[in-house]
Amino acid sequence: MTAPDESAAFSQDDATVRIAGHELTKRYERRSVLRKLNLQLDAGESVVLFGPNGAGKTTLLRVLSTLTRPQHGTLQINGLDSDSDGIRIRGQIGVLAHQPYVYDSLTARENLQFFGRMFDVPDLKRRIEYVLAEVELLERADDQVGTFSRGMLQRIALARAILHQPSILLFDEPDTGLDVASVRVLERILAEHCAAGGTLLMTTHDLDFGLRAASRVLVMARGRIELDHPACGVDRAQIESMMGAPGA
Amino acid sequence: MRSLDKVFAIVWKDLLTEVRTRELVVGMLVFAMLTIVTFNFSFDLTGIERAPSGAGALWVAFIFASLLGLGRAVALERDRGSFDGLLLVPVDRGMIYLGKLLGNVIFIAVVQLVTVPVFGALFDLPVYQPALFLILLLGTLGIAGLGTLFSVMAASTRAREVMLPVLLFPVALPVVISTVRATTLVLTDQMEDLVQWVNLLAAFDAIFLTIAFLVFDRVVED
Repeated sequence: MTAPDESAAFSQDDATVRIAGHELTKRYERRSVLRKLNLQLDAGESVVLFGPNGAGKTTLLRVLSTLTRPQHGTLQINGLDSDSDGIRIRGQIGVLAHQPYVYDSLTARENLQFFGRMFDVPDLKRRIEYVLAEVELLERADDQVGTFSRGMLQRIALARAILHQPSILLFDEPDTGLDVASVRVLERILAEHCAAGGTLLMTTHDLDFGLRAASRVLVMARGRIELDHPACGVDRAQIESMMGAPGA
Repeated sequence: MRSLDKVFAIVWKDLLTEVRTRELVVGMLVFAMLTIVTFNFSFDLTGIERAPSGAGALWVAFIFASLLGLGRAVALERDRGSFDGLLLVPVDRGMIYLGKLLGNVIFIAVVQLVTVPVFGALFDLPVYQPALFLILLLGTLGIAGLGTLFSVMAASTRAREVMLPVLLFPVALPVVISTVRATTLVLTDQMEDLVQWVNLLAAFDAIFLTIAFLVFDRVVED
């Protein structure tokens, strides 16, 4: 399955800093999930975030995607303040979470039509064909998503996340449920995104996949970034040991 | 105009989903019909109290059917995670509220479209009046407007089935009283007092819908 090349260079602004979080703090009742976390991602960076369960990775992605607000700290995405510019920020990020964020009773094409309308995607019909080809779902485009396998659901979620050509991808365990061929599709899409100047922040528990897909490694524990290192030359044993640590 | 297009996209999505799954309207309709039939057999319909009893029965049916549908609609979307997907679109969340509200109003209107003629026949009351349709519209807007907001709040709590009526009832009381009173006046042909109740109902609707539109953004965050 081939698709016309639609990868585009991202140039929303001149800023090289795509994500700038300063002292982000998030608590649920008495439990601190993010503790004065500082984070900066530049344009074109692909970053993998490792950490044990409960370290705060998913909460961090929810804060970055404006689904939840931090109690303290400041966050800027593409130079926009998350408190006052949430709508514009949401137009510039693509989010893939544990749940696929699609509607079971709609077909794959109808789901993308719906989200395309919501994101004002230009030339939507052609763009839908392109992303469906990218995730190798053209043949199932008119089937209801409720009939899809776990891996196919993850691929349609991936298509939804990249449909509006966001400059920043925030992916929470995107490799979950994917077979080897689908992981290759995912890796290709991520590589194309970063080659075009896009920024990627993703979490995964698969060390090999994470180190292949990213150029920078973060390890999170107890609501903080405990390790920040280029992927090249990183100490795998150290990451494995930190990933085995209790999360909170 | 672009924002309105997004409101209609949400309505289109909700209607298409309901047409394919029939998870909401069928249950609401059965509940409403059951209520009307039950009240029909329990009330003495030969006396002069037929219209007030009928108005009460009609709105008990619609309010409880609405609670059933509104609670389930948001709970389904929350459980499947698709509600977060909706919150990630670059649209004022007030517009998302309007889209969900419009869909809910359509679902309740479908239930009313079937229930009202049956109610008219069973209670032998004059239901085919423009004034009654105006009250149905205003009452439905008030109930659905508050219900849409509170169902989103209740959906993220553990006891959501209990929370929705607990949250909705005290706030919706002015809408319920105005609606039942106005319906009674229409069914008993006392049109001279109707205007003040309709005005009151319209005013409550305007206030509640405006507040719900403005606070929806904060309500949907965890």
